[in-house]
Amino acid sequence: MHPTRKKRLTIVLFLLAGIAIAVGLTTYALRQNINLFYDPSQIAAGDAPQDVRIRAGGMVEEGSVQRDPESLKVEFRVTDFNSSVLVEYTGILPDLFAEGQGVVAMGRLNGNGRFVADQVLAKHDENYMPPEVAEALEKASAGAHKAGDSTGSESAY
Amino acid sequence: MYPELGQFALILALLLAVLLSVVPLVGSVTGRDTLQAYARPLSAGLFVFIAIAFGILTHAFVTDDFSVAYVANNSNSMLPWYYKFSAVWGGHEGSLLLWILMLAGWTLAVAIFSRRLPSVMIAQVLSVMGIVCVGFLLFIIMTSNPFERMLPNVPADGADLNPLLQDFGLIIHPPMLYMGYVGFSVAFAFAIAALINGRLDAAWARWSRPWTTVAWAFLSLGIALGSWWAYYELGWGGWWFWDPVENASLLPWLSGTALMHSLAVTEKRGVFKSWTVLLAIVTFSLSLLGTFLVRSGVLTSVHAFASDPERGTFLLALLAITIVSSLALYAFRAPVVHVRARYGSLSREIFLLLNNVLLVAATLLVMVGTLYPLVLDYLDMGRLSIGEPFFNLTFSPLALAAGLLLGAGIFSRWKKTDGGWLGRKLLWPLAISVVATAAVMVTYGAFKPWAFAGCFVAIWVTVATFWDLWDKSSSRKGRLQGLKRQSRSYYGMVLGHLGLAITMAGATVASNYGIERDVRMVPGDTAIVGDYQVLFTDIGERRGQNFTAQYGSFDVSLDGQYVATLHPEKRQYQVQRNVMTEAAIDAGLFRDVFVAIGERITDDAWAIRIQYKPLVRWLWLGALFMAAGGFLAIADRRYRIRERASDRQGVESGRRGDVAEAMS
Repeated sequence: MHPTRKKRLTIVLFLLAGIAIAVGLTTYALRQNINLFYDPSQIAAGDAPQDVRIRAGGMVEEGSVQRDPESLKVEFRVTDFNSSVLVEYTGILPDLFAEGQGVVAMGRLNGNGRFVADQVLAKHDENYMPPEVAEALEKASAGAHKAGDSTGSESAY
Repeated sequence: MYPELGQFALILALLLAVLLSVVPLVGSVTGRDTLQAYARPLSAGLFVFIAIAFGILTHAFVTDDFSVAYVANNSNSMLPWYYKFSAVWGGHEGSLLLWILMLAGWTLAVAIFSRRLPSVMIAQVLSVMGIVCVGFLLFIIMTSNPFERMLPNVPADGADLNPLLQDFGLIIHPPMLYMGYVGFSVAFAFAIAALINGRLDAAWARWSRPWTTVAWAFLSLGIALGSWWAYYELGWGGWWFWDPVENASLLPWLSGTALMHSLAVTEKRGVFKSWTVLLAIVTFSLSLLGTFLVRSGVLTSVHAFASDPERGTFLLALLAITIVSSLALYAFRAPVVHVRARYGSLSREIFLLLNNVLLVAATLLVMVGTLYPLVLDYLDMGRLSIGEPFFNLTFSPLALAAGLLLGAGIFSRWKKTDGGWLGRKLLWPLAISVVATAAVMVTYGAFKPWAFAGCFVAIWVTVATFWDLWDKSSSRKGRLQGLKRQSRSYYGMVLGHLGLAITMAGATVASNYGIERDVRMVPGDTAIVGDYQVLFTDIGERRGQNFTAQYGSFDVSLDGQYVATLHPEKRQYQVQRNVMTEAAIDAGLFRDVFVAIGERITDDAWAIRIQYKPLVRWLWLGALFMAAGGFLAIADRRYRIRERASDRQGVESGRRGDVAEAMS
């Protein structure tokens, strides 16, 4: 083969191999590390998988935060005003975590319908609402209005 | 009165930008020197009027003019004066104005420092910069006017600057980052000008090299500052989150690094021309993509202030116009000349090509991870997030491979390198690196595969760099003379590569050997992290200028020896009622001890985060080295000397390049 063509072929093969490796790695890593979002209604309906790392979000229910005085364990309910899910977390909560505020938690659902979070994210400022949470609340409140449930009106966000 | 003048200045600047983007370009196409000569004065005028607008906005902040909506939303009379100053770019409108000021600044810099370029080239480069300026001036005037008034209902006081942004890091982070982002517009303008007049040659590469390098150096500093700020202010001790906003700045950095290296090949050997042009276009497009991601509000995170769909659409249109028109130009004008320069399958050219392949792969990877969730969300195919593990898993192997190749590539020669010779050359540096890495593992007391790989590559790059310096500096006149003989751009490269090694070492050790503990503590308790004991002595109250704080006191000691007293705070800002955690850090070259106060658990018990972070400073130290290397490289004498030579030959050099290629 002509030396120039041979060289060009080597380069092309190099590139193809590189691209193949990159694509393979990417798809593999994507499959492992995609975290789907579920709102409390979906979790209550049993749509969310168990023991898979997912994200869940909604509002922290008023009066639901229970802190263990002897450790960093804390429990609270996250609601979309239709259903709620019990979240269990051990660690330091973000500065802006508070009852009645939007949060997103990362973690796994265990067998008892509890959400064991390894990370809790709260909104960054007064006007910020995690987009998933806003959407989940909107969906829940639309559903509630249809059902003529008055609790839906609380979620005037 | 003043704000209206500011707006007027912006409109005048727009008119000048329109003139700049038309007149010299027409002059260059029709060959009329008089029209080309307008490029420099128009650039100067553009800069002056934008600087006036920026000065007026700053004046409004400093004098608390809350009749200006932007000032009212982002400042407060109680804000310390230096934050009033930095609040100018604390929100969407102002940071966009800063962006444009930088663009005009770069345009002016090109006008001033390119006296030796042929006037056709300079006219076209400045015109392209003018076109970019028109786009962004239209954007700010039509959608994001910083001088909009709230009349007649002037608020008594402002809504205050977001407390997260009230910080030294945030005073300098955006200007540095924008200097880098916008700086790539120069490389872009040179590429477009070269495509227009079909002069893709070594001279073109030499002209755009220093501009690319300096933009890259600023971007490196900007990214490092952002990471440093996140570490002490935002992240509870994390330094990189693969957050879309961070990725937005990493993307142009990665492709800019590739561009810098391929420009070197194009300058020295006259090959990879089309690839280099494409990279210049891609790099600036990624800067625009970054601006779009951060400014349009498609991401909702700390940095995304705006959430106005009008703005997003405008920016997306700008992005699309830039990409489509420059790629169309590329398709029509990219060199069809067959490259005749020869290089072997083992040569410096090939090593740099592999470097480019890896960097582009990394760019694509980060782009996929960043855009995939956005695209799916836009298509209503579900909400998902791609976590840090994805990026760590895919980015790390690429970074390690790039580092391994870098060490070997340093020794390789242009055109052809003998495989056996290279192998023998690499033997000792390899052996030294393995032994040194093993020593590091012993020091930190645990073998971890990823830590070994990362440390090995960092040490390998360092050893290879110094080995090469030693080889090159051997001289009959003595070592010192030999060291003096090396060019500044060579030392720039040495510093840049050492910087990469330092950053890699910092990232590897900090993430593998760092210790993080969240504990419940009451005053009097002691927590242990690594070899350090942290005693919680007291917690009280403290008042700042615009906040009140819970003020903790912790004594840090190492094996019973007192090291430092740390005072982390939990601040409540008075205007926005936000709570902010201020961590306290005992910083050192080899380790940081980090204490932050979490929430109150009972009356006297607090949740406390304590961290031991070995080598974490190296992350940012490495970036300083890289930036210093960039600045040193552009101070090289040859840019001045050779530019003079190429100026004399003027337009001839284009043909000369082809001849040289044909001959080699």
